[in-house]
Amino acid sequence: MSWINRFFGQKEKSGAVAKQRLQMVLIHDRSDVSPGVLDQIKDDIIEVIAKRLAIDTEHVEVNLTQEGRESCLVAEIPLIANGRSRT
Amino acid sequence: MNSKVITVTSGKGGVGKTTVTANLAAALAMMGKKVVALDADIGLRNLDVVMGLENRIVYDLVDVVEGRCRLRQAMIKDKRQPELYLIPAAQTRDKMAVSPSDMILVCDQLRKEMDYVIIDSPAGIERGFRNAIAPADQVLIVTNPEVSAVRDADRIIGLVEAEEKGPAKLLINRLKPAMVARGDMLSIEDVLDILAIELIGVIPEDESILVSSNQGMPLAMSGANGVSAGQAFRNVAQRLDGANVPMLDLTYKAGFMERLRDWLAGGN
Repeated sequence: MSWINRFFGQKEKSGAVAKQRLQMVLIHDRSDVSPGVLDQIKDDIIEVIAKRLAIDTEHVEVNLTQEGRESCLVAEIPLIANGRSRT
Repeated sequence: MNSKVITVTSGKGGVGKTTVTANLAAALAMMGKKVVALDADIGLRNLDVVMGLENRIVYDLVDVVEGRCRLRQAMIKDKRQPELYLIPAAQTRDKMAVSPSDMILVCDQLRKEMDYVIIDSPAGIERGFRNAIAPADQVLIVTNPEVSAVRDADRIIGLVEAEEKGPAKLLINRLKPAMVARGDMLSIEDVLDILAIELIGVIPEDESILVSSNQGMPLAMSGANGVSAGQAFRNVAQRLDGANVPMLDLTYKAGFMERLRDWLAGGN
């Protein structure tokens, strides 16, 4: 019963859950890039960047995002503070 | 003649392609247009029963393609409208009996006489789907506000673009305003956010649709005015014909008991 849920804390509505799940699954459907391939790309990027810069390898993130029907690969690579290149 | 071939497709089965085809064809015919509805679902023909013309079939699409009859002989006239016809699919053959170029040839002949050719596509993304979109000037994608139908619609949008038949337009079928109001159904805005294509209309869930297909009489021909599926179909037909008709307001108006319950629950 939905009104009981409202008494005991809001539960996320199934319509919103459906939307989030669809957005996630469609990012992969549209680009034909599986989560496994994204992980490989992430490892490759870490290897290349780490040769030149001190980066926080634990917090590197590589994701696909959507803008309308266009997909974009976004990598976020945090640099370690004061970490200049390791000549 | 400036005629238009419109293909109704979806990817997923059971979302209402055949009902949409029958109703849009009927509604366009009611506007005085010359319309032929063409069933491209070979082996699983259904448009004939939804339109109530199943007892009058002599020849079908495969007979035309294989030269056993003239095109005109396979066109069943719907006597309830001045210029509405059906070309049925073959029931005992399979989709390989017709090719995309056959479909283009048949439709080019139909264009000479008709204002609109409305093609009912089979479900799936195989040969039958490719047959159905090959002659299309405009593709309509039917979806329901649920995860599997929307996911398949997204795939079809991509395939239609790849075949250079885009941009497709979206028809959301079987929307339940009360469930949307409760947050338990994807809203029109949710579906549009996800699919990012132009909306041509929204058909509310309506029991009269089942009654009308029981009777073989498309709801657009008989259905009530106002916020109803019949009116929604007639509006989509007007939009297809270039008219600027506002969308039906499908916001749910809560009754007294529901508002009381929400108030007791301290919600909104």
